[in-house]
Amino acid sequence: MAYMHIGKDFTPPDVPGKVTGRIKYAEDYTREGMVYARLLTSPIPHARVLDIDASEALAMDGVFGILTADDVYPDGEPQSTGLKILTNEPTLVGEPILALAAVDEKTAETAIAAISVTFERLPFVTDPLDSLQPDGADAYNGGNTFVFRQGFAQEKWTADQVASFRAGNEPTAEPQQTVAYGDLEAAFSASSYVYEGTFTNAGYPHMSMEPRSAMAYWEDGKLYLYGGSQSLTAFADGIAGIIGVPKEDLVFINEATGGGFGQRARAGSVPVYAVPAKLSQKINRPVMMRTTREEEFTIGGARQGLTGWIKVGFKPDGVMAACDLWIVSDNGGKGGGADAYSAADCISVLYQADAVRFRGTAIGTNTAHRGAQRGPGQNQIAPIISPILDVAADELGVSRFDIRKINTPMTGDVGGPQRTPFTSAYMPEALDMASAQFGWEERQSRRRQTNGSKVIGLGIGQGYHNAGRSGMDGIVMMGADGRLKVHNGVGNLGTYSYAAVSLAAAEVLKMPWDRVDIITGRTDLHLPITSPQDGSNSIFTNTRTFYGAAQDMLAKMKEIAANELGGAVEDYDISNERVHQIADETIGMSFGEVAAIGIELGGKYTGEAELPEELAEWTQIAANRLAGTGFMGIFHDPRHEGNPPGFTVTCCEIELDKETGKFEILDMISIAEAGTIMHPKGMDNQLVGGAVWGIGLSALERHLYDPQNGIPASTGYWQSKVPTYLDCPLKIDTGWVDLPDPENPVGARGIGEPSQGSVSAALTAAITDALDGHIFGASPITTDMILNHIAGTSEESVPLAQNNFRG
Amino acid sequence: MNPKLTRRRFIKGVIASGAAATTTAAWYSATGQEKPSGFVERLVRINVNGQVRNVDVEPQETLASTLRYKLGLTGTKLGCNRGECGACTVLVNDVPTYACSVLTHSFKNDRIETVEGLESANGDLHPVQQAFVEELSPQCGYCTPGQVMSAVGLLRENPNPTRDEARHALSGNICRCGSYDSYLDGVMRAVELIG
Ligand code: FES
Ligand code: FES
Repeated sequence: MAYMHIGKDFTPPDVPGKVTGRIKYAEDYTREGMVYARLLTSPIPHARVLDIDASEALAMDGVFGILTADDVYPDGEPQSTGLKILTNEPTLVGEPILALAAVDEKTAETAIAAISVTFERLPFVTDPLDSLQPDGADAYNGGNTFVFRQGFAQEKWTADQVASFRAGNEPTAEPQQTVAYGDLEAAFSASSYVYEGTFTNAGYPHMSMEPRSAMAYWEDGKLYLYGGSQSLTAFADGIAGIIGVPKEDLVFINEATGGGFGQRARAGSVPVYAVPAKLSQKINRPVMMRTTREEEFTIGGARQGLTGWIKVGFKPDGVMAACDLWIVSDNGGKGGGADAYSAADCISVLYQADAVRFRGTAIGTNTAHRGAQRGPGQNQIAPIISPILDVAADELGVSRFDIRKINTPMTGDVGGPQRTPFTSAYMPEALDMASAQFGWEERQSRRRQTNGSKVIGLGIGQGYHNAGRSGMDGIVMMGADGRLKVHNGVGNLGTYSYAAVSLAAAEVLKMPWDRVDIITGRTDLHLPITSPQDGSNSIFTNTRTFYGAAQDMLAKMKEIAANELGGAVEDYDISNERVHQIADETIGMSFGEVAAIGIELGGKYTGEAELPEELAEWTQIAANRLAGTGFMGIFHDPRHEGNPPGFTVTCCEIELDKETGKFEILDMISIAEAGTIMHPKGMDNQLVGGAVWGIGLSALERHLYDPQNGIPASTGYWQSKVPTYLDCPLKIDTGWVDLPDPENPVGARGIGEPSQGSVSAALTAAITDALDGHIFGASPITTDMILNHIAGTSEESVPLAQNNFRG
Repeated sequence: MNPKLTRRRFIKGVIASGAAATTTAAWYSATGQEKPSGFVERLVRINVNGQVRNVDVEPQETLASTLRYKLGLTGTKLGCNRGECGACTVLVNDVPTYACSVLTHSFKNDRIETVEGLESANGDLHPVQQAFVEELSPQCGYCTPGQVMSAVGLLRENPNPTRDEARHALSGNICRCGSYDSYLDGVMRAVELIG
């Protein structure tokens, strides 16, 4: 379909501000009379605060006050996992205990050093399997796991059960969760190749470039909060509840955000923004809380580490018959996510196995907060399953491309333990496109070619994430100037999705892009609710709402024109910012004229009557404040049917040096299958950005903790080792399938998360290939692991351990 | 571990003292209170973006602190404040320099350029900035000013770099969004724009 805007490149309005340094992040703001907060954080991994003596600090010049957990939780701290604003029961090093405000940061630091905190040390643990031992320490007060709606519980295995798992065997303990479909036994019986082994995925920090600094002040009973988030209205909606301020009294200002990757999508992951808000309320001054890189590590969250056992069976023709997956998740010090289940879901979706069983147990450790990180679960399992497919292909005499094509999901298929149908699935087309553009077949002759100590490895991998939601709200406005205003609460994460989804409204009204204003950046501009900007959902979710809101405006325009100029609504169409009769285009009026009449008429035309009943509370507040101020299109999106998937395929060629254990990526291509492409350059950015994350997942990034003292050892960029320019190929090629999804009005779905998974899958497969099919069963595969394998020495000092050099 | 003894804490102390000079001076003078003992003010002249600026600088104040918190040049970002990421990159006599890791008082006779100083007098973007817009190089944008300054520094020294030379020149600038490819596209586009 030929579109006016969709599928064409444009410059999102925030880009010039990014290259000039003019756009503002939370820490760039100041306010008259602003004072500075610093945090006192826990120096020990698991403790109870018995006493806080701040008398000396509070007597110092320039100190305005402190905020403790007793201030923020006067009725006692919530007894559940999850981050707290401040706590007297720290379960990880770096957890905030109290905050102090002073005239400047130096005074605040000096005063904090004068505060005496008496801790009761409690047992701690950094590895989930250690905690499962009969005498293992529990990470939380009340157990090592948290059961939904029941509370803390203790989960222990026998020493033999832990030892057997560490020795590489299927766990025999009772799992906390079991999900299955199909006849597993029959499917394994029908298999002619079965792989079985254990694996680890290391957890690692998000390391967003902008630390989570925030500034807050109160004025006329309203709270003005400046912070970085992935979402805008969804985040504001949540943080209002955490702070305890009525939604209508919060103004959240968030023009730009220095990276998110899952951890800043929802307010529950960044409750620390409540610190400056509450301190400001207490001392009646604006408070800036600058966060350091070290603090960003400890409160900034991390990916769950997974310790697992996997058994996969393939039929003689390469069809995946069965997959049996058992995972112990590392939930860290504050509870985790559902990564392990998503890993099983991903295998079911991508390889359409006849039978799948997932068993899982989630255990806390006194390490960083775990939560959603780019493709949680789907992306950890990608580097584990891909080499298994390759070894099976070689064993069965099927090509490594064909084993993926044989098992591919396609339109009409279902996926996941819930057997949910896809809205559409063009993975076969993506596989073909990647293979053709990379020259996969032609390159096979280079496979495992050697040049001195160097050897070539080829890898192909697939990525998947569910990529779309619905049920949100959209608002567009127009004044007598005829400009279209898209009230946009999506949030500026850096993907430019907020801008790309606004194209859907411009498309409906056939508006030139330079006549469209995106109203965003602060919630007092009256923005509708949307889903948190995570899970690759934004494009699908918000094209639906903005398309719907623009359609509402279009219908109202035609009504007004028919009333004013005669004829029926059906007799009218739009072009060149005019509503006109189809039969005689000279009979019509400009958008500005229609809007002016709508404003004159009021009622439903200006949002003063007939609002959709199902609007979320947040949207109602916005709509009520906008009512009467302009010509309004407003829409509540009904729910869609099925699973809108985001798929990627990556091919790569590496040269691995067996003397050094290092490898260089010689060539890489990533292909997206995300329905209609809204914004090609934005899509390209998501593919190359995901590729860099995939390289980090496969080869570099991991949490390290000192197991003796529970102290984090990877708080900085060089210790956690995020990929740099030199870890990446000189050029990453990209492409996309670009076929429409029927459940979206413009055919679009999301892509941000799978773009990492397919790269990790392909790169790990290439490393495996270069090492003659050796399966490490790990992410990351580090240089020392490669060298140890080549030398024939043991790879693991502690098998299947998390937060140390293996896991 | 004694947290007070780590290098991390030391650097935080340095930064905190940088912030102190502006805000403390303003606050104490506004409230009429005595400044506490140990409070030092030093007037330093530095050349930033072609303008000589007089600024109160504490002995251990970093250039990033001075630029951001005293001169209001918040385009220079702090990603790590400890020499790991490059978000704070500025040019000192055309050489890309981590502003978080150098002390302001050591640049009294030097030419400091920040991202705010690149646009021409009539508001035109510098070719590197223009190229980064055209290639949609930034994602979240937090590392972008540092990437821009490293690229400008490179092109002054080598107006015709290969993509690989550009990759090495910018390798001190981390981009957590992973936009390296798009930044390199931007640098190569800037080479064309400069002609
Ligand atoms: S802020 Fe200076 S190198 Fe990171
Ligand atoms: S664009 Fe986000 S860190 Fe580089």
